[in-house]
This record gives sequence, structure tokens and C-alpha cells, in this order.
Amino acid sequence: MSLPSTTEIIEDLEFFDDWEDRYKYIIDLGKSLPAMDEALKTELRLVKGCQSSVWIEPGQDGERMTFVVDSDAIIVRGLLALVMAAYDNKTATDIDAFDIDAYFAELDLERHLSPTRGNGLKSIVARIQAMAKAAL
Amino acid sequence: MSFDVTAIRKEFPILDRKIDGKPLIYLDNAATTQKPQCVIDAIVDYYTQCNANVHRGAHQLADEATRRFENARDIIAQFLNAKARHEVIWTSGTTESINIVAHGLTKLLKAGDEVVVTAMEHHANLVTWQQACLQAGASLHVAPISDLGELDLDAFDALLNENTKMVAFPHVSNALGSVNPIKRLTQKAKEVGAWVLVDGAQGAAHGDIDVQDIGCDFYAFSAHKIYGPMGVGILWGREDVLADWPVWQTGGEMISRVSYTESSWNVLPYRLEAGTPNVGDAIAMGAAIKWYSELDQAAVQAHEKALMLSATEQAMAFDGLRIIGNANHKVGAISFVMDSGHPADIGFLLDRQGIAIRTGDHCAQPLMDRFQVPGTARASFAVYNTLEEVDALFEALHKVKTMLA
Repeated sequence: MSLPSTTEIIEDLEFFDDWEDRYKYIIDLGKSLPAMDEALKTELRLVKGCQSSVWIEPGQDGERMTFVVDSDAIIVRGLLALVMAAYDNKTATDIDAFDIDAYFAELDLERHLSPTRGNGLKSIVARIQAMAKAAL
Repeated sequence: MSFDVTAIRKEFPILDRKIDGKPLIYLDNAATTQKPQCVIDAIVDYYTQCNANVHRGAHQLADEATRRFENARDIIAQFLNAKARHEVIWTSGTTESINIVAHGLTKLLKAGDEVVVTAMEHHANLVTWQQACLQAGASLHVAPISDLGELDLDAFDALLNENTKMVAFPHVSNALGSVNPIKRLTQKAKEVGAWVLVDGAQGAAHGDIDVQDIGCDFYAFSAHKIYGPMGVGILWGREDVLADWPVWQTGGEMISRVSYTESSWNVLPYRLEAGTPNVGDAIAMGAAIKWYSELDQAAVQAHEKALMLSATEQAMAFDGLRIIGNANHKVGAISFVMDSGHPADIGFLLDRQGIAIRTGDHCAQPLMDRFQVPGTARASFAVYNTLEEVDALFEALHKVKTMLA
């Protein structure tokens, strides 16, 4: 199953007004995120969050940058799916130009899900942005 | 029973807080406890009435501050049943207390010496000794624990020999809640002539402590885990051991006489208290220990036991939940994992329901490896928690399970 686009995600999340539905949506996104091969989950690809682990493996498809990401926590996987909607299979120029802060602001996530909560999201975003900058 | 949890809760202003509109259920007490009004008042009163540097001022404020500061030391000495008040050293907390001892030990160890710890250490009572051993060329030995999370006493005994110089263990495991037989462990370590340090971070708030009865050389604990402020703690040490223990930091009150070529050190307790101490928080720690000591201890212990019993029973009846650490004697905390999600997922979804717990490795990574879990969710209890809160935790966990399914 392919992930929805950033616009679709923003529209979907706008639709829910209670926290449980919003969380369930994130959890379902997390479940639909393709899993990383266990053999790839090495120290090299690990981004240590304070409570859960996140792994990232960058790739290339012609001009486009691709990423395989995973986490041992389902909700973090869901948040990774939000990030992938923005970054996966995009060119370095697109990634560099994308305003991730505005995107997260528009998602209006609960404070519990915001990327600043030490869940490893912030480091992943920073890492992808750095890779895109280096590839420009 | 002279124990009224409703009355006690009223002393803790933070317990009135709402989280996302829901009443706060605070079950992260092993990380830090909340503070009663009298402790908050002690801090405010110190800074509004008598802030001054201690021991050296020739004025009334300095006298008052010194008196309050030293009075707090007396309260701690009494709480621990220390033989003398100067056996009580102010530190910034358990970690610094252990570091002071480990730093001194580094100078006393030689190649071939051995240090023994347990497999249930918090990093502060592991890495300190590991580094001391590395520097001195000594070796570190780890006493294993059983699948229940109990120390293997035979294996512990077998590690002790005439080369053993220091034995350190927790009073209570922070991640599992297991209570160690500290008196028995101390006796065994003393038979081979080792020094003994008890990491009391999780023990101090959950039972009577009598350092003379335990027979250990050092007992370390933090104020903030026993209703006191953050940033202050205690190293208790037996006078004959502490009096010659190599000094750690230098400067300030710890010095007796200085020339440009050498210095001599002050007497206990000051020789191990370099620099200006955390006076306000030390005084507030005294207020916290006094407050806690005046509670009916038997009633407090019975109350906390009832909370643990209820939590354990409900956890055991919960399909898809596994308790990590099933020691026969546990206090204060219950650690668990769930089939339906990672501890971080459990933490997120409980937080959203107003329930604060701790998730993660609890600064005890080797212990998590031992149980082959990435971490656990841990609910930990204090005197102000109620049976209704325990019920609410499990009700919320059922919702977590449904949402993650």
C-alpha cells in the first residue's frame, strides 16, 4: 500500500476532532509503512531517540532520493510515515525547498506527537535535510 | 490506621493539575516524587528570609542560614540512624555521592583488586565502578540475577574473595522494584574485608533505614526521590572510612590550610564538601525528611504495599501484558511490556489520558539486555497515590491495547 501525500494527510487529519481518531490514524499510517529488513537495522543506520529507536537507509532512484525508515514503536512509525510523505522519492531540490515546520504546523499534531518530543523524528528530519543539501 | 491519603494529597499542590483536561495521575515516582507544600515553603522561606553563605559570614543572616543548614544535617543523620552528624555529606544527589566514593577508590585500588556490583544496577552504580576499575587496572565483577529479577545470592557470595575491595549494590532496583537483602549482602562482603556501598536512590523512600544496623560503609540517596528538591542528596559514610577517604573536589570549605606548595584538608563533613553548598535545597531536604519521618511509617508501608498488590494482580490478569521482574520482595515500582506495542507507544497513549509513567531503558541498559527487552513501561508509586489511580492505569492500558490492535 502506498502512503498518502502530504496534502491528503493534512486533509485526513483535519477531518478528525477527537484525539483517539487522530492517534488511530497515525497508528494505521505506522502499520502501513513498509518495514525495514531486520538485517539492515544496524548501529550504522540507527538514530537513537530517547525512548524508541529509529533507523534510516537512504537510497537513490535516478534524480530522486529514496529512504527506508523504521522504528520499534508503532506511533513513531506513524510519524515517520508523515515525514516520508514529504521526503521520500523526491529530488534533493524538492526536499531542500520543502518547509517541514509549516507542514507540521498545518498537521496540527497533538503536543504528544510533535516532532520535538524526543521521539527521534527531529534527528531524522535533520539528517534527511543534510543529505539533500549535500546532494544539491 | 492513622493514614489518610486524601489529606496527604492536599499537601501536594501539583496533584490538582489537569493534563489535557484530565486529572493528573502521577505514577513516575521512581524518577522523581512530587513535593509537599512544606518543602516548597522551606525553599521560598530560605530565599525570602535568610539567604546567606554558610559557615563564614560575620552577620545574623549567615548565622541563621548556617543553623538551618546544619539542623537539616541533623535531621538526615537521625533519619539514617547515623552514629555521628559529620558522617552525613551533602552532595548534588545519588550519582555525585557514588562518584565521590568511586573517585576515592580509584586512588586506593591496585592492579589485581576486584570490585563487585550486581546485574540490576542503574548506570550510576555501574559506570562509576567500571571506570574506577579501568583506571586502576582492577577488575569489575557482576553478580547475576534470576529470571524473577532477584539477585543470585550463591553467585554473589562466590564472587567475593580477599581481592574484593568494594562491593556495591542497590537497596531497591529502579527498573524492577526488587528489594535486595542489603544486610545479608553487607555481612558477606564484610567477611572478605571489602567496603560496601548501598545505592539507596530507590530505597530511601520505601522503608526504614538504619545504616548502623545494615553495617555498610556508604549509603547514597537523593532528596528528589523522597519528596525533597532536586539537586541535593546525601553521601553517608562511616566516620573511620570517610575520615581518610581521598578528597574529590578541592576548594572552599574543604580546605584547612593553604600555601602555594601544599594544602591540608578540613575535618568531616567539610573535607568532602567543596565549594558553596546548595544551602536552600539542603534545608528543604531536611524539611522533606522531617515531613516524611513524621508519617506513620507502618501505615505508609501498608498503603504502598496495597498499591503494589493491586497493580500486580491487575497486571497478571491482563491478557498480553508481561511483568518484567517478579521478585518475591518488591517495592515501589512495577515494570512491564505489552504484546500490542512498544513501551514508547504505551507511554504516548497513557500520557494522552493524563497518566504519567516512565518508559525506556531506565538507565539500566545491561539489565534490559538481560531480559531481552528494548525497555519497559514502569509505573511507580508514592505515598499520595490511590487504589483508584491504579484502577485508572489499567483501564487506560485496556484502551491502549484496543488502540494499538
